[in-house]
Amino acid sequence: MSNDTNLTENAADLATQARMLSDKAAEVAMQATQSVAHVGGDDFLVTGLTVFVLACFVGYYVVWRVTPALHSPLMAITNAISSVIIVGALIAAGPAGLTFSKFLGFLAVILASVNIFGGFIVTRRMLSMFKKKA
Amino acid sequence: METLAPIAYLVASVCFIMALRGLSHPQSAQQGLMYGIFGMGLAVLTTVLLPNVVAYGWIIAGVIIGGTIGTIIAMKIQMTALPQLVAAFHSLVGLAAVFVAAAAFTNPEAYHIGVAGNIKIASLIEMSLGVAIGAITFTGSIIAWGKLQGVITGKPLTFKGQHLLNAGLGILLVVLIFMLCTTQQPILFLFVILLALALGVLLILPIGGADMPVIVSMLNSYSGWAAAGIGFTLHNNLLIVTGALVGASGAILSYIMCKGMNRSFMNVILGGFGGEQAAGGAAASMGDRSAKIGSAEDAAYILKNAASVVIVPGYGMAVAQAQHALREAADVLKKEGVKVRYAIHPVAGRMPGHMNVLLAEANVPYDEVLELEDINRDFAMTDVVYVIGANDITNPSAKNDPTSPIYGMPVLDVEKAKTVLFVKRSMGSGYAGIDNPLFFADNTMMLLGDAKKMTEDIVKSLEH
Repeated sequence: MSNDTNLTENAADLATQARMLSDKAAEVAMQATQSVAHVGGDDFLVTGLTVFVLACFVGYYVVWRVTPALHSPLMAITNAISSVIIVGALIAAGPAGLTFSKFLGFLAVILASVNIFGGFIVTRRMLSMFKKKA
Repeated sequence: METLAPIAYLVASVCFIMALRGLSHPQSAQQGLMYGIFGMGLAVLTTVLLPNVVAYGWIIAGVIIGGTIGTIIAMKIQMTALPQLVAAFHSLVGLAAVFVAAAAFTNPEAYHIGVAGNIKIASLIEMSLGVAIGAITFTGSIIAWGKLQGVITGKPLTFKGQHLLNAGLGILLVVLIFMLCTTQQPILFLFVILLALALGVLLILPIGGADMPVIVSMLNSYSGWAAAGIGFTLHNNLLIVTGALVGASGAILSYIMCKGMNRSFMNVILGGFGGEQAAGGAAASMGDRSAKIGSAEDAAYILKNAASVVIVPGYGMAVAQAQHALREAADVLKKEGVKVRYAIHPVAGRMPGHMNVLLAEANVPYDEVLELEDINRDFAMTDVVYVIGANDITNPSAKNDPTSPIYGMPVLDVEKAKTVLFVKRSMGSGYAGIDNPLFFADNTMMLLGDAKKMTEDIVKSLEH
């Protein structure tokens, strides 16, 4: 009889310990993912900076090669492509439901669209006027 | 889509680089534009297909509203008003950056940068920088637009302690951003926006209308940096690359414009150039010299008997809408066997390359239009120079009068030609308010009147 009770008690004990262990494991796993996510975030800063600095160099060399006669179209087209910020606006305006941030995103989509359409069309108008001697 | 998206964004980045690359020659420019449009389409489509972007109704409505407005404006705008248009467009990029940053601040979960009230520090710094640059771009561009449009006076608006105030506000902005990053208080985010908006106004107001080409280029650059800042927040390489491209482009254009005026960038930014003092001096020195004043018939006679003519257009030509009449005159002269070319100063007009566009609009072939360094040596072998709506860029005192405010600025050596015909509304000083001794030179003939009317009269006389 007492043997049986002992066994049940032991089993219950073991079960509690197992639960605690699994809790502990989950906690560790959580910490691990958090630290990974954290490292990932820091990593992006470095990646982003790398991309940024290299792109500045690309921009520098490409823009110096632009002929001075086309500096106005250059301004118009850079204006249009800087509206690629619409990517951020779309993510903000994207979720279902109605929130403040979604409204801001919607406004930003409108503004960026004005620029994208306006910038590209005015560039096209300018470029179509440049003709060689007949 | 999640894994494909970065690849699509990379392709879009390359397209944008190709778009700028195409502008190295007018012949490849159209193709470059196509790359740009394709890249933008790809970027938008990729984003819309992301799993958490589902509110298609809102997005389509936004694109249609904005797209319609943009299309109408771009179709209707006159090429003379191009600088204002670009300034206005820059302000929109700035405001869009502010909105996107504010959206990310209020709903950071959507961008995977933490939760409201506990946003990652790095993201918060990037966000604050993006929002501050965006806000400065927004109000600064509105002021630049106002000055170019003539809504706000082109005169530099200066007051005592201005630089000290701006510097103080700049420091305050940095402090606010620091506090925002440590406390995450939404009210501080609002303060950062408001302060940056005010700073944008204060930074551009003291800068004179003549310096607007530099300012428009600088704001072009800022709009790029704002986009890059937002790109860091969103962990999006496309925005970072594009922002860097645009930022570099604007910075280079500002540098070229500054060099064209022999001014340092800081000198332009600090403002106050071309104010009262210079205008006063011009009026005083006007009385004791006399200029030769001619008529349209005289000018037509001189032009007809020349072997080579160089036309020097300035912003005044654009204001008077004289470019079409000018091209007609050039056509008649070319039929008479006269060699006609155009000389463009880097800062002629109100934005980089403005004159080239206006001449192209009047069907002037681009291979007849030459830049300063390509034509300056030819003036000594030129019979007639026809200066129309330009002034300061031909001023010889930039070369020989160390007291002149524009001393050291590269100018077109028009006075070396046999005859200079100078079309001008009156004997007043130029846009920068500086006296031009060229008016009183022995080989200069002043043609007083409206640039368009004068040129049309010359065409009439030529055809007789």
